[in-house]
Amino acid sequence: MTSAGSGLTLLQTCALSLLVFTGASQFALVGALAAGGGPFTAAAGAFFLGVRNAFYGLRLSQLLALPRAVRPFAAQWVIDETAAVSLAQPTRRSARIGFLVTGLSLYILWNLTTLLGALGAEAIGDTDAWGLDAAGPAVFLALLAPMLRTGTERTVAGLAVLLGLGLLPVLPAGVPVLVAALAAPVVLWARGRRGASRGDLGEGDR
Amino acid sequence: MNIWIAIGLTVLGCYAVKLAGLLVPVGALERPLVRRLAALLPVALLAALTAQQTFSDGQALVLDARAAGLAAAAVALILRAPFLLVVGAAVVVTAGVRALGG
Repeated sequence: MTSAGSGLTLLQTCALSLLVFTGASQFALVGALAAGGGPFTAAAGAFFLGVRNAFYGLRLSQLLALPRAVRPFAAQWVIDETAAVSLAQPTRRSARIGFLVTGLSLYILWNLTTLLGALGAEAIGDTDAWGLDAAGPAVFLALLAPMLRTGTERTVAGLAVLLGLGLLPVLPAGVPVLVAALAAPVVLWARGRRGASRGDLGEGDR
Repeated sequence: MNIWIAIGLTVLGCYAVKLAGLLVPVGALERPLVRRLAALLPVALLAALTAQQTFSDGQALVLDARAAGLAAAAVALILRAPFLLVVGAAVVVTAGVRALGG
């Protein structure tokens, strides 16, 4: 995939897909490293993107009712797609099957395409000439688009873009993205205040 | 070596949050504010990352062929194109604009 163009080796690229297995975090890590970010700031950005998986896990643990011994193995497959499929199932049995099938097939496909992509990128050489440096932002945009359902999300996204671009020239690489993450609590706080002053706290919520 | 450190930290961190969700007792993280924040954090991060990787070169802000590629991806998304087509559109348009000297 795109990471071969960012100075990662074939082994490092495949290790990411095998061991991290949550796409947005992988792309974020690779992007931050390519931009010259230190390992800690790069990993912090990737970590914050992965935090949403904990909330999928919360919903899934009630739904799937997995035995304790199985949970450490199931955890690796707790991602956007498996959560979406499992939560859409009408019964616990079909939810478990959905989780297993989605998890297994995505895990195999994701790692195969990573390997092929990395091999392909090594063969191509100069990835920029082929426009592959645009693949990263396009992936982010595709992940972001379905999340922009209400005004709150759009406000957060807009503020984050301003912070991310505005601070880029003045802060060390990798840090502006972390500052941009503050757009989320700031907008929530502002909305909460506005709602409280009007006396209806539920305003704007899904 | 730095890259391996970053990979190691990301692997541990991302696995830990996945497992935490499955192990934490129900109700501990179910407060509405926490849930809203967890839903909005990826929005902020993804938006900032998209903008940075399109309009920057190192620490300088630039406007180049990638902007055209991202615009193509946005159009593809509005037309509800599948994921790979969205990324493909961005790559092809960026390469095309670059080949034309953009």
